[in-house]
Amino acid sequence: MEKQVSPKRIKVLLSKSRMDVHDRGVRYLARCMLESGMEVILSRHGLIDEVANAALQEDVDVIGISFSVGGHVAASERLRKLMQEKGIGDKLVIVGGIIPDDDIPALKKLDIDGIFGAGSSAAEAIEFINARVNA
Amino acid sequence: MTPEEIAQRIVSGELPAAARLMRAIDDVQPEAVDALKLLFPHTGRARVIGITGSPGVGKSTLTDAVVTRLRKKKLTVGVVAVDPTSPFSGGAILGDRIRMQRHANDDDVFIRSLATRGHFGGLTCSTRGVVAVMDAMGKDVILVETVGVGQDEVDIARMADTTIIVTVPGMGDDVQAIKAGILEVGDIFVVNKMDRDGAGITAGHLKAMLSLTFHPHGTECDQVAQPWYPPVVSCCSLDGRGMDELLQAMDDHYEALTVDGGKLLTKRRIERAEKEILDLFQLRINQMFFARLGNGGRIEAVAKDVASMRIDPYTACEELMKSAKII
Repeated sequence: MEKQVSPKRIKVLLSKSRMDVHDRGVRYLARCMLESGMEVILSRHGLIDEVANAALQEDVDVIGISFSVGGHVAASERLRKLMQEKGIGDKLVIVGGIIPDDDIPALKKLDIDGIFGAGSSAAEAIEFINARVNA
Repeated sequence: MTPEEIAQRIVSGELPAAARLMRAIDDVQPEAVDALKLLFPHTGRARVIGITGSPGVGKSTLTDAVVTRLRKKKLTVGVVAVDPTSPFSGGAILGDRIRMQRHANDDDVFIRSLATRGHFGGLTCSTRGVVAVMDAMGKDVILVETVGVGQDEVDIARMADTTIIVTVPGMGDDVQAIKAGILEVGDIFVVNKMDRDGAGITAGHLKAMLSLTFHPHGTECDQVAQPWYPPVVSCCSLDGRGMDELLQAMDDHYEALTVDGGKLLTKRRIERAEKEILDLFQLRINQMFFARLGNGGRIEAVAKDVASMRIDPYTACEELMKSAKII
């Protein structure tokens, strides 16, 4: 019989554009999140609109998008706008991959909660989520 | 938000309310039960179709192809897709949705991924509740895709109106096909990946197995005419071959369920309700047991005694039940 532990789980949607094949990082992160007890919905998207819909339907706590070929500022802006429209503006948004330092202020202005660019570790992202969700 | 408000919002089509209730059901929050009670009168309208089979046979891709066909008929669709939870960390990677991305911008398709969270049988404790919410949302058809299963995980048949068993060429011989278990609960059999070698042989084995079990006028053993003879459909989800036949088989089965005043459908729904009541009963007893025992610490202590041969496990169980005042 299962021992009774808290039935709650942190749910994360991790997505990356289908146009971008550099998905080793996001897969590694997904695996680390699994090992830390999170439920990860792994997805690929064409338009960022698909991510907003998936986050709505799955009722995740965190949306994580991996960018390796640019477009992160425009996509983040549209994602935040769609989330507001759909009534899910309360969810945490983190981005990672290749995010030039020059773009960080713009992303912060768009209410992107966590930015994990080149050199970040999976543990940092997981710690960040653990601290912010169910806090 | 009160349960009344939650139910009202879901019935009137507010997606975030529905998604949040599904989360509460999955997280076993007691308040979810109150909302489900109120939603119950709004359920029972959707056709629930189960899709099951071993890992890697193409359940998600087939589900995606079925959704596409159902949308062409202007039917609204709910999808529940189950993937396994890690037995070590309790975490999960849910990857079924990735095969269904082409429906991601269709507002009439609602896809929800669930992790098994330690539940056996191919589904999750929450699946029934999540299906009920989709039903109350007004979805015409709800597809439930199980976790990849082996031979014995037949929960889906106790929940769906129509159960589709998916297999592929090269999974086993004709003796595999006559064993007890999952093959007994199929209403429709799909040989997926029919472009591969041996698809015809696999379909032949399944047909031979079915001819032993089903007969239009009953078998020698029971002499009872079967109201439904499960068809074997060969498909290729990727290029769409066989999909028309599968959709036709789904409609034919629904017709067989509803013909004659819906006798067969009523029978199934009574069986389903019985299973649901028993499951809820078990869950409540379980919760009661652990609440009275205080979080499993006692069990660990007793387990040590059993492992070191100081006490036998049967007596240990009885003593735990006595201290939880169950016997």
